[in-house]
Amino acid sequence: MASFTYKDVYINRFYSIAGKYENNGVLKNVNKYINDFYYGEKTIEDCEIKMQKEVLKDLVNNKTELIAGGDLMNQITATSSSVNELNISFLGLYSACATFLSSIIILSNFIQGKFIKEGIGITSSHNLSSEKQFRFPVEYGAIKPEYSTFTCTGSVGCTISKYPSKIKIKSSTIGSVVDYGIKDANNMGAVMAPSAVKTLIDHLNYTKTKVEDYDVILTGDLGKYGADLFKTLLSKDHGIVIKNHIDAGSIIYKKNQQKYSGGSGPVCLPLILFNNILQNKKYKKILVIATGSLHSPLLVNQKHSIPSTSHLISLEVER
Amino acid sequence: MEKKEYQKLVKKTQPKPKRSNNLIKAFLCGGIIGSSCEVIRLLLINYFEIKKDASISIILLLLIGLSCFLTSFCDFDKYVIKFKAGLIVPITGFAHSIQSSALDYKKDGMITGLGANFFKLAGSVILYGIVSAFIFCILKVVFYG
Repeated sequence: MASFTYKDVYINRFYSIAGKYENNGVLKNVNKYINDFYYGEKTIEDCEIKMQKEVLKDLVNNKTELIAGGDLMNQITATSSSVNELNISFLGLYSACATFLSSIIILSNFIQGKFIKEGIGITSSHNLSSEKQFRFPVEYGAIKPEYSTFTCTGSVGCTISKYPSKIKIKSSTIGSVVDYGIKDANNMGAVMAPSAVKTLIDHLNYTKTKVEDYDVILTGDLGKYGADLFKTLLSKDHGIVIKNHIDAGSIIYKKNQQKYSGGSGPVCLPLILFNNILQNKKYKKILVIATGSLHSPLLVNQKHSIPSTSHLISLEVER
Repeated sequence: MEKKEYQKLVKKTQPKPKRSNNLIKAFLCGGIIGSSCEVIRLLLINYFEIKKDASISIILLLLIGLSCFLTSFCDFDKYVIKFKAGLIVPITGFAHSIQSSALDYKKDGMITGLGANFFKLAGSVILYGIVSAFIFCILKVVFYG
């Protein structure tokens, strides 16, 4: 398992845009809200590209050496289109909903290795473009089970550099691909829970720490039922009872919004991390596990099971 | 935990659909649509002197048109999710699936987008409808002449 420890890697700035359903009070100090799914553009794809362009416009400066990121669209179109014309080195990544952390880990490694001084990690997701991509046409009333999740709309980016700031990246672990034979594309929480457990245990073994050593353990988008499975697996297989766990997908929507089991998508975790957890002064040591279901509609139709992966970073915030 | 044990755990913990509740909702919704259409049909026959066969076609066209209109301009998909089969079985589901595909792909070009994806969801209904009609026709000819 590839785990890394960092000495001088910091998150300096972040910029977030959230969609209309995410605008509910859980998120604080979001830079921009969009009130519809189009953001003044003609297509939903253009809307996602525009969101990323806005984020990059704010974050890019003359020190930026590398942009790493991805999204859920085919061929990570939104990210590659948004970095077009910037004339900065770009690394396109895909780990489904764990894409944002994979970009942070790669940038941190480059910075720790002194190959670059500053880089930007970016991701976005759009509810309608993901529905079109992975499920049914947008206006089609497909009936979803209660345990399915709702892809969040928004875009988040952050600057990572060697220049000190209050948010320090301490260590990270790149997860392996785990497949427990779940074939239901609606039950992403069940697909991702085993990989989250595996990455967490690997990281705890590497750093020789316990879950109690952290103020909060934030998972990406397991949803209500996935989070329960995550806790059950941890206690049954490893004897760990976890009390400081928050699942970003489970809390991003209010109960009265009725978004099934919770939110999902690569933007769900960074929105909660930057605009909720990091805004809360009681959290100093934060363990972030991004869970990604590597779901391909093609292979699901061919009755294959769905593999998943999880990446992890450990943050230390100076208050 | 072993894979099979985990799969059993997942099945045990995931919530089951409330079938009886869905059944009642769908029955009432479908029933209301069906009965109101019957009332309109009788009105057409009695007050507008339209023939019985033509009145059925008019009702079908009305349902298809209404379904397409609501898919385009209202949140028809949300009502479908709420009332389930009750709202899509009276021919409206077919129109709704075509209309939603058309809306999705209209920006991707007339041939590569709209044309290629128009029957994305309804294609199977048409294909298997034709195949089963063919088989039943042969059976009819063989057994009943």
